Amino acid sequence: MSVDAVPIESAGALAAGRSEVRREVLRELMRSPLFLLGAFILLVWIVCAIFGSTIAPHSPFDQNLEKINQAPSGAHLFGTDQLGRDMLSRVIVGSRNIMIIAPLGTVLGTAMGTSLGLVMGYFRGWPDDSLGRIVEAFLALPLVVTGLLVVTALGHSNAIIILVIGIVFTPLIARTVRAAVLLERELDYVAAARLRGEGAAYIMFIEILPNVLAPILVEFTVRLGYAIFLVATLSFLGVGIQPPSPDWGLEISQNFGQVTAGYWWEVLFDAVAIISLVVAVNLVSDSIERVLER
Amino acid sequence: MSTVSPQLPGGAGDPDGGAAGADALTVDAIDISYRVRGRDLVTVRDVSFRIGRGESYGLVGESGSGKSTIALAVVRYLARNGRVSRGGIAIDGRDVLAMSSGELRKLRQNTVSMVYQEPGKALNPTIRVGRQVAEVFELAGLKRPEALERSREMLEKVRISDPEGVMKRYPHQLSGGMLQRVVIAMALAAEPSLLILDEPTTALDATVEAEVLDLISALRTEFETSLLFISHNLAVIAKMCDRVGVLYAGELMEEGPAREVFDDPRNPYTVGLLRCIPRRGTAKNQDTLDTIPGFPPGPGEIQQGCVFAGRCGLVEDRCRQEAPPLYAVDAPSGRARQSRCHFHERAQTPPRVVKPQREDGAAANGAGLGEVLVSAADVSKTFHMEGQTIHGLVDVNVEVRAGETLGLVGESGSGKTTLARVLLGLTPPDKGATLAIEGSALPDNARARTRDQRKALQIVFQNPDSALNRRHSIRRLLSRALDKLGGYKGEALAKRLRALLVEVRVAERYLPMRPAQLSGGLKQRVAIARAFAGDPKIVVCDEPTSALDVSVQAAILNLLNDLQRREQVSYLFISHDLGVVRYLSDRIAVLYLGRIMELGTAEQVFNAPHHPYTEALLSAVPTLEPGGAAARERIKLEGEIPSAANPPTGCVFHTRCPRFLGDVCVNTEPPLAEAEPGHAIRCHIPLEELRRLQATEVTVAGAGD
Repeated sequence: MSVDAVPIESAGALAAGRSEVRREVLRELMRSPLFLLGAFILLVWIVCAIFGSTIAPHSPFDQNLEKINQAPSGAHLFGTDQLGRDMLSRVIVGSRNIMIIAPLGTVLGTAMGTSLGLVMGYFRGWPDDSLGRIVEAFLALPLVVTGLLVVTALGHSNAIIILVIGIVFTPLIARTVRAAVLLERELDYVAAARLRGEGAAYIMFIEILPNVLAPILVEFTVRLGYAIFLVATLSFLGVGIQPPSPDWGLEISQNFGQVTAGYWWEVLFDAVAIISLVVAVNLVSDSIERVLER
Repeated sequence: MSTVSPQLPGGAGDPDGGAAGADALTVDAIDISYRVRGRDLVTVRDVSFRIGRGESYGLVGESGSGKSTIALAVVRYLARNGRVSRGGIAIDGRDVLAMSSGELRKLRQNTVSMVYQEPGKALNPTIRVGRQVAEVFELAGLKRPEALERSREMLEKVRISDPEGVMKRYPHQLSGGMLQRVVIAMALAAEPSLLILDEPTTALDATVEAEVLDLISALRTEFETSLLFISHNLAVIAKMCDRVGVLYAGELMEEGPAREVFDDPRNPYTVGLLRCIPRRGTAKNQDTLDTIPGFPPGPGEIQQGCVFAGRCGLVEDRCRQEAPPLYAVDAPSGRARQSRCHFHERAQTPPRVVKPQREDGAAANGAGLGEVLVSAADVSKTFHMEGQTIHGLVDVNVEVRAGETLGLVGESGSGKTTLARVLLGLTPPDKGATLAIEGSALPDNARARTRDQRKALQIVFQNPDSALNRRHSIRRLLSRALDKLGGYKGEALAKRLRALLVEVRVAERYLPMRPAQLSGGLKQRVAIARAFAGDPKIVVCDEPTSALDVSVQAAILNLLNDLQRREQVSYLFISHDLGVVRYLSDRIAVLYLGRIMELGTAEQVFNAPHHPYTEALLSAVPTLEPGGAAARERIKLEGEIPSAANPPTGCVFHTRCPRFLGDVCVNTEPPLAEAEPGHAIRCHIPLEELRRLQATEVTVAGAGD
């Protein structure tokens, strides 16, 4: 008979320090082609977001009514839209908006979610029960509907959209952090801190938080992908940035009527841009998760 | 002086090694290496041994010595990056290394079985026990009903009293001892010719361990199975094995008949290991423990000379130059023995590392002398879990006096750790309990205590990996404790930190490192330093050495002892290792199901007359003393520890008591009554009667002579 629960003694399990671990994680990531692909695409969009109009071949705002709805060609690689604006330039410059709002919103959501998760996981009892109900209620609402409602109610500035993303992500991240903290709080170093008379805030943020960073990092990258999608959706629904500013979601919403007229390029390249960014973030996040979980 | 060629490991068996009368297992000069980052790390080097038919062979060694690696290699279970890079392995005369995957499956099905340390991990938690055992028979070709019938018989053979009931249950509904029996039943179902046991009882309580070991011995005879028994516990090996191999850093240091090797070791490493273990009846004020200095080398670290040279007391230039072969040892018994030491003829007497210290008994004998430091009166603790009420502690009264060590012993679930946590203020007791320190009331909750009270009561946890925040540097861990508990700041803190490191003997260069970079022993020293940062009056030691190897354990026990002598600190010492408790404790409390069954000085508790439960606990522990195991009859404890949710009526121990009287035990709970000065026993049998009953057995403390 064979029992398969074999404890594997690894000769490689030698003592390793923190910087060494970090270097090992990095080395492992660099060896993964999927991570490199994702990181490359991400880098391209970051460059576009920062240098936007400098590297764009044309101004994204210049209208040329003699050259409307032109198919992709040597002069205009991605073609032109119904006002004769260069699509390539609009796609490049249009990255800025999403590349600012999505990460900031995710950072805000991660910060709030982490704090909430620490409180729920560390105290358990009634804080956990009452906050848990609110979290569940939030999770029951579809993200886009919640976002749409809040933006409509509060007006649509970038700050509001960032806030909305932060709020809708908070319960999701809180749930993950809470689960990690529940395991961590049972370890003896937490008891040792209580025996030193440390306060709850010190134990949560100085003792426990550094030990739950790995799941938080993974959760952050996963949420970032969703945030990009959410920002694009809100723009598509017309509650994001306003015309004539170039923006992927907004452009798809304005131009998708043109597709039936055969002008597919006015939607396709924005859509591909959104997809490439979401996929890139997911490639990076998957690789990080895989490396950290080993 | 003659050398034995490594190809033919010594032994009395047939030298031809023909396939007909083949040994159950032959391991012939194997190297095992792991490929790590493109380099081959040799973890096991030139190991040879053979196990004859029906023989029981033990492999002992500390963690990292390669004993489990060898066991895995024998059934070709090595991790993907590991391989046997030299030598051969044969089971029943058949070459294991040359087998195809189909042949290997057959081999694991019919010829070899393995049992591991954690029985819970060997069983599938989602499948009923009966089906899992039956699966083994179904694999052998039986139909389901027949397989279930055979499973029932097999479970009976491993002395499970209610096999039908057990078969219907899931693994998590069974206790650890019961699970290990189920796993052993599965392992023996195919009537293998070789059974490999890798630390099979390490996770079990002493009483359960004794039963499982008895069971293995009995079944071994019944099934005529050969055993490869792997353990870090020398006493268990001595009890279970005919012959033993002592492993160190992947090499076999000594081999021979188990009793002879332990009674008359011929290798400095074996001698060192044996000296690290507190001998029965030895107390801290009589003798210090010897240790093995330094650390074992990493794989491939030593290219020249003897692997043990760096830590050996007998080392000479030759040892560093020339790797010793396995020398044949001329033993008085004339049986084959080997030792990997150039100087095996005088290996019995390497110089001691730690100078023996004897004190004038009075100074160290804290019992009865100090004033009461901490007292806990009428402490009960009831846990409410999923509708069940669990009585963790029931009416416990203890005092710890200044400068003494109070040992707490008992099986798992007896409430030792709960009592410690109540004293520390980590677990609030039920209403009605009174805690006091130096005569003044002590709040239930650590947060509500004053800084003086908090720093007076500290703890050293069992597992330093859990007790030290793995993201904090050693400097930060200790500085924070010095600041919060000791009130040290700035320059004073730096000065005290250096002094503290000297006290626990940790080099300053470790300060910037994180716990993962330190060895287990060093981590525990850091944990001890943290507990001593605020000059505590009493330190709870919760199994502080059970996660450590014996050589490291000895050093930690010596350290605790030194600190106690210098700082006049008291210990509440929790351990399942009775030898260790006996060595360190002045007084001992024996707990069972949350109640104190016996309380007295170490001598009173360890020597008859004592409580029947203590008697059973003591007799369950395997011993290394010459003839120890044979000299005394083991008191067997029947059945499992009852659930604390539903404790027995009357005396809670009556369901397992070897000295059960009758109705009075079932109906009336005996009081914890002082039977003689300083010695309280919770039993209906009068002390004199106990003395008479227990006199027939050799007293445990005197078993050494």
